[in-house]
Amino acid sequence: MRKHAFISAAAVAALALSVTGCSVSAKDDDSNAAATGTPTSHASGGAAKIRDVVLVTHDSWFLPKKLIAQFEKQTGYHLVVRASGDAGKLTNKLVLTQGNPTGDVSFGIDNTFASRALTNNVFAAYTPATVPPGVSDYDVEGDDGQHLTPIDHANVCVNVDTTWFAAHHLPAPKTLDDLVDPAYKGLFVTPGATTSSPGMAFLLATIATYGDAWPDYWTKLMANGAEIADGWDQAYEVDFTQGGGHGKKPIVLSYDSSPAFTVKDGTSTTQALLDTCFGSNEYAGVLNGAKNVPGAEAFVDWLLTPAVQSALPDSMYVFPVVAGTPLPKAWAKFAVMPTEPLAVSPTDIDAKREKWLQQWSDVTSR
Amino acid sequence: MSLELGSVSVSYDGAPAIADVDLTLPDGQVLAVLGPSGSGKSTLLRAVAGLEPTTSGTIAWDGQDLAHIPTHKRGFALMFQDGQLFGHLTVAANVAYPLRLRHVASAARRERVSELLDLVGLTGYERRLPGTLSGGERQRVALARALAVEPRLLLLDEPLSALDASLRERLAADLRRILVAAGTTALLVTHDQEEAYAVADRLAVVRDGRLVQEGPVGDVWAHPADAETALFLGYARVLEGTAAVIVAAAGGLDPQEGTSTTVRPLAVRRSAIVLDDTGPLAGEVVAARATPDQLRLVVDVDGVGEVDAVAASVAHVGPGERVRLRVDQARLSILP
Amino acid sequence: MERRHLALIALAAIPVTVLAIFFVLPVTGMVGRGFRPEGHWDLVGVLDVLKRPRVHRVLWFTVWSSAVATSLTLVLGLPAAYVLHRLAFPLRRLVRAALLVPFVLPTVVVGVAFRELLTGPLAWLDLDGTPAAIIAGLVFFNVAVVIRAVGAAWESLDHRPAEAAAALGAGPWAVFRTVTLPALRPAIVGAASVVFLFCATAFGVVLTLGGLRYASVETEIYLLTTNLLDLQGAAALSILQLAVVTLLLAIGARLRPTPTAVTRVPPRPRRPRLADLPQILVTVALLAFVAAPILALVVGSLKDADGHWTMANYRALNTLGTHQALVEPVTTALDLSLRIAIDATLLSVLLGLLVALSVTRRAHTRAERRVRGALDALFMLPLGVSAVTLGFGFLVTLGRPPLNFRDSPWLVPIAQALVALPLVVRTLVPALQGIDDRQRQAAASLGAGPLRRLVVVEVPVLFRPVLAAAGFAFAVSLGEFGATSFLARDENATLPVVIFRLIGHPGPMNYGMALAASCVLAATTAAVMLVVERVRAPLLGGVL
Repeated sequence: MRKHAFISAAAVAALALSVTGCSVSAKDDDSNAAATGTPTSHASGGAAKIRDVVLVTHDSWFLPKKLIAQFEKQTGYHLVVRASGDAGKLTNKLVLTQGNPTGDVSFGIDNTFASRALTNNVFAAYTPATVPPGVSDYDVEGDDGQHLTPIDHANVCVNVDTTWFAAHHLPAPKTLDDLVDPAYKGLFVTPGATTSSPGMAFLLATIATYGDAWPDYWTKLMANGAEIADGWDQAYEVDFTQGGGHGKKPIVLSYDSSPAFTVKDGTSTTQALLDTCFGSNEYAGVLNGAKNVPGAEAFVDWLLTPAVQSALPDSMYVFPVVAGTPLPKAWAKFAVMPTEPLAVSPTDIDAKREKWLQQWSDVTSR
Repeated sequence: MSLELGSVSVSYDGAPAIADVDLTLPDGQVLAVLGPSGSGKSTLLRAVAGLEPTTSGTIAWDGQDLAHIPTHKRGFALMFQDGQLFGHLTVAANVAYPLRLRHVASAARRERVSELLDLVGLTGYERRLPGTLSGGERQRVALARALAVEPRLLLLDEPLSALDASLRERLAADLRRILVAAGTTALLVTHDQEEAYAVADRLAVVRDGRLVQEGPVGDVWAHPADAETALFLGYARVLEGTAAVIVAAAGGLDPQEGTSTTVRPLAVRRSAIVLDDTGPLAGEVVAARATPDQLRLVVDVDGVGEVDAVAASVAHVGPGERVRLRVDQARLSILP
Repeated sequence: MERRHLALIALAAIPVTVLAIFFVLPVTGMVGRGFRPEGHWDLVGVLDVLKRPRVHRVLWFTVWSSAVATSLTLVLGLPAAYVLHRLAFPLRRLVRAALLVPFVLPTVVVGVAFRELLTGPLAWLDLDGTPAAIIAGLVFFNVAVVIRAVGAAWESLDHRPAEAAAALGAGPWAVFRTVTLPALRPAIVGAASVVFLFCATAFGVVLTLGGLRYASVETEIYLLTTNLLDLQGAAALSILQLAVVTLLLAIGARLRPTPTAVTRVPPRPRRPRLADLPQILVTVALLAFVAAPILALVVGSLKDADGHWTMANYRALNTLGTHQALVEPVTTALDLSLRIAIDATLLSVLLGLLVALSVTRRAHTRAERRVRGALDALFMLPLGVSAVTLGFGFLVTLGRPPLNFRDSPWLVPIAQALVALPLVVRTLVPALQGIDDRQRQAAASLGAGPLRRLVVVEVPVLFRPVLAAAGFAFAVSLGEFGATSFLARDENATLPVVIFRLIGHPGPMNYGMALAASCVLAATTAAVMLVVERVRAPLLGGVL
C-alpha cells in the first residue's frame, strides 16, 4: 500500500518529465535559426562554440540583417545577440556578472554609466588597431579609449511642436529658463530621471546648466506644470502633440534627431532646442572573461566600419562617431546637432547619481 | 386561512414538471404530497415556496395571490431532506437564524431557542456545530429552525428520507406530535407512504406531474384511485378477473357490484390474506420468509394464482405444504 | 521515518527542486550580495536602509494603495462573478473569456491606452498621474482573478442552503450575507490574497499611471537594482517584501478555513430576474470600465498616424516595422509566444498538481500538517519577489556548471511557469480539499491502487479546476513581461517584448503596430479562453 504510494508519486513525476520533455519551445531554437538561415548555436547548458560571438546589449540595439550577414561572412563568426533593458540595466547586468559574463562583447553603455562599468573591471583592455578620425573625441574621460571604444552619439534635447506654437500664436521656447516661464505652463512633458535614460540625461542637462542650484530649477519646473512620464515612449507617443497618440503637450524631451521623424510635406513639424541638449555617447568593449576574445575584438572593429557607421542613424536613431560619415537625407536636413552640448563628467555622475536621483525624486514627488 | 392551488403548472424548458394541479390545504392541517421520485412533487413544493416560477395557474394564501411575492416574504418555512443547516453556525444560531432576521431581541431569542430545542428533544445542544450531530439530530434542529417564527405554512421536503428505518419511524411520530402541538399548517412531500400516513391528515398522490387523488389519509388509503396508486400506497397486489372475484368473495365483498358483468380490480394488502386452518381459500406454499413479527408467504391459491400472505411467526410451514387461508375485508380495496 | 512521509517527499520533490533551483537560489544569491556588499556580512547596513524616510513612504503607499485596490476589486468582482457564473444569458462564455484579456495585456500597452483615455475623453476627471489612476489600473488588471476564482466556487455552490434561508424569511441581501458569503469565504479570501499580492507587487501600472510621483516597494527595488546598483537597499526591501508577503499568506491561511467536504452540484445557471438588477448593473459598469481601454486600443490600432481609418497596422504585422524596429516580425513572435505559453502552462499545471496533491493529502500528525502548510506557502512566494531580483539572480547564480542554465531556452517557460504557479496552486488546492476522504477510502476498498484512486476520485473533481488553472497559466505566460524581458533573446522575443520594442521606437507605423499587436495578443487570449470554456461545457453533466 505505502510502496504503491511511492510508486505512484514516482509515476506522476516521470509523467511530468516526459510530457514537458517533448515540448514545443525546445524546438524553437532550431526553427528560428533555420528561419534566419544562420548556423544553429546551442548555448544551453554548455559552453558556446568558439565560432559564436555573443553580444550583450540593451533593447534599443538594432542593425540590418544584411549588415550582420556581411560581418558573419567576412569574419566567419556567428553573432548571437542578448538584448534586454536599458543602458542602466545593461551596465548593472555586466557588473553583476563581472568575470563570468553572459557574452563576449558589449555595446550600449553610455557616458552616464561608463564610469561604473570601468571601476568594476567589466571590460578588458582593447583599442582597435586603426581608430578612424573623430572617434577619440568621444572617449570616456580618463579611459581614453583603452577599454571602451566610442561607436555613436546622440543628444537629448527638448523638442517643440512648431505647428502647435504657430497655431497658438505663441513663440516657441528656446532655453531651459523658458520652460519655467508661466507662458508655457502645463505644456512640457519629460520622461523621469529614475526610470528612463533620456530622462536622466535631461536631469544632467539641468545640473550642467544650474550647478548645485538645479533643485530650485526643478521646483519651478514642477510648479509650472511639468509632467513626468514613465518612459520616453509615454512622453513622446502619448503626451506629445506630434506623437502617435496625438497628446496635449507641445513640448517634450526627446533627441536632436527626432525632427527627422516628423517630416510632413517636405518640412519637419518639430524642432530640437539646441541650448537644452545633453550629449550622450555609446560605447562598445570586450568583456573581461570573454570566451571568444578575437571574435569580440573583430566585432568592435566592425562597428567602426563605414557600412555600420552609416547605418546607425536609420537603425538606432543616433549619429555616427566617425567623422565624414554620410547622413541620410532627412537627417542631413532636419536633425540639427548642437555645437556644444551640455556635459557632466562620468566620474561625477557615478559618484553622485544616487544622491541626485534621490533629490530629484523628492522634488518631483507630490 | 388556507393554501389554494388553482390549476398550477410548472415546466422546465418547455417540458412540464407539474400540470394543472388543484389543491386546497385548510388551516392547521398537514397535507402529504405522495409520489415516486420524478413525479414532480418537489417541484410543486418549490413552486409553493416561491423558488420555482409557475408557468400558469395560481397559488394563493388566504385568498391572496402569491405570484409576485418573493420567497422570503411569504411567511413560510422550508425544511429540506438533509436539513440544510448552516455549517458555520452553532445549533442555537441555526435555530435563531429566522428570529435574528426578524430582529427579535436577544433575550427573547435565547428563550425561544431553548423552548424550540426542548420541543424537538435537543435541550443542551445549543453550542454544538451541525457537523457533530447525527442525521436525526440534524433534522430535529432543522425542524426547530423552521418552526422558530411560527410560519404560516411549513414546507417539508422529504424530511425523514435520509434517516434509517427505525429512526424514521420514531421521528415521524415526533414530527406529528410537534406539528399538532404547534398547530402548524404543513405541506409534506414524500415518496414514503408510511411517512405520509404517520404524519399527515390529508394525502395527495402525484404521478407524472398530475394530481391523481386527494383526500383524508384514511380515505385515500382505503380507496386508492387506481391500480398504480394502490401499489404505491403499499398494496401488495392488484388482482383482476376470476382471481379478484374469488378473493373478494372470500373477504365478503363483491367486485362485480351485483348485476354488472365487468369485474373491478381488487387491491390486496400483504396482510389481507392470513394463514387460517378454517379459512375459505386453499393453496400451496411457494415461498416462506421469516421476519421478527410474522411469517411472510407466497401461496399459489387454487383458482387465483400466486398471492402474498402472512402467518404468525410461530407457524411452521414451508414450501410445498398445502394450507388454508382467510381474507381480512378491511385490507382489501375494490378499485374504481 | 514513516513510508507516508516518504510518499510526501517523493510527491513534493520535483516541484521543490524546481523551485529551489529556479527561485530560491537566484533570489538568495541576489539578496545575499546585498547582505555582503564587500564580501563580509553587513546586517547593520541593511537595517539602516529600513530607517530611510523614503522607504517608509514607499511602504505606506504600497500597503494602502494595494488595500484599496483589493477592496475595490472585490466589490466590483463579486457581483460580476455572480452574474457571469450563476445567471444564464446569451454570450455569457464570450464575456467571461473576454474578461481575462486585461490580465494578459502588457502593462506598457495598457498604460498607453489608459492614459489616452485619462488625458482624452476622461480628462475632466483629472485622474492622470494620481493614485486613483493607479488604483483603477490595478482593478482593471486583477478583477478577472476575483471573477474566475470566486465564480468557479459560486457556480457549483449548493443552492439549497440559500433557498432554505430564503424560505425562513431571509431577503436576498440577508441570504448573501449569512449563507452565501460564508460558503464562498475560502474562495474569496484566496482570491483576495492573490489580488493583494498582485497589487502590492505591481510594477508597470504604478510607473505608467502614477506619473512617477508614487513609488511602491516593487518600483523602488527596480530603481535600486537597475539604476543605482544599490544592492544593499534592494536586498533590504526584498526581504521586507518577502516578510510582508509571508505574513499576508499566514493571515490568509488563517482566515481561509479548511473547507470540509462540500457537496458540489452541477452548475445550473438560471435566467436573470428583476431582483438581480443591481448585480447586473454593477457588472455592466465593470464591463464598460474594462472595455474602455481595450476599445481605445482597438480604435487606435485601426488608425494611421494622421487619424484616418486603416488596416495598414495589421497588414504590417508580418513586417519588421518602420526603420526596422524588430528583428523578427510580430507574427513570428506570436507563434513563439504560443509555443512558450503551452510549455509554461504544462509545466505550471504539472508542478501545481504535484504541489496541490502533496499539500492536500490528509495529514496524520501536527508536524506533518505544519510541513504541508509550509509547502503550500512556499509556492506562493514567487508572487512576492520582484522580477528584477529574480532576473538578476538568474544571471548571478545560474551561470556556472552544474547549474549553467542562464542561456537555456528553457529558462523563459520555467520562469513563466513559476510566476503562474501560485495561481495554479490556489485554484487546485480548494478543489482537492473539497473531496470527501471517504470517496478515496471507498475506491481503495474496491481494490483501487493509489494511482487508480487518483484517476477515479481526483481526476473527475479536478477536471474543471485544472482547466481553469491552465487557462490562468496560459494567460499569465502570454502576458508575462518582467522576467521574460530579462531572459528572452533578441531573435526569439515573445509578443509582449516585441510590443515593448515597437512602442519604444520612433516611427509613425511602430506605434500603430504596437497597438495592433496588442489587439492580436488580446484576441488570441480571448480565443484560447473561449476554447477552454467550450471544452468543459459538454462535460458538466457527465463528469460532475
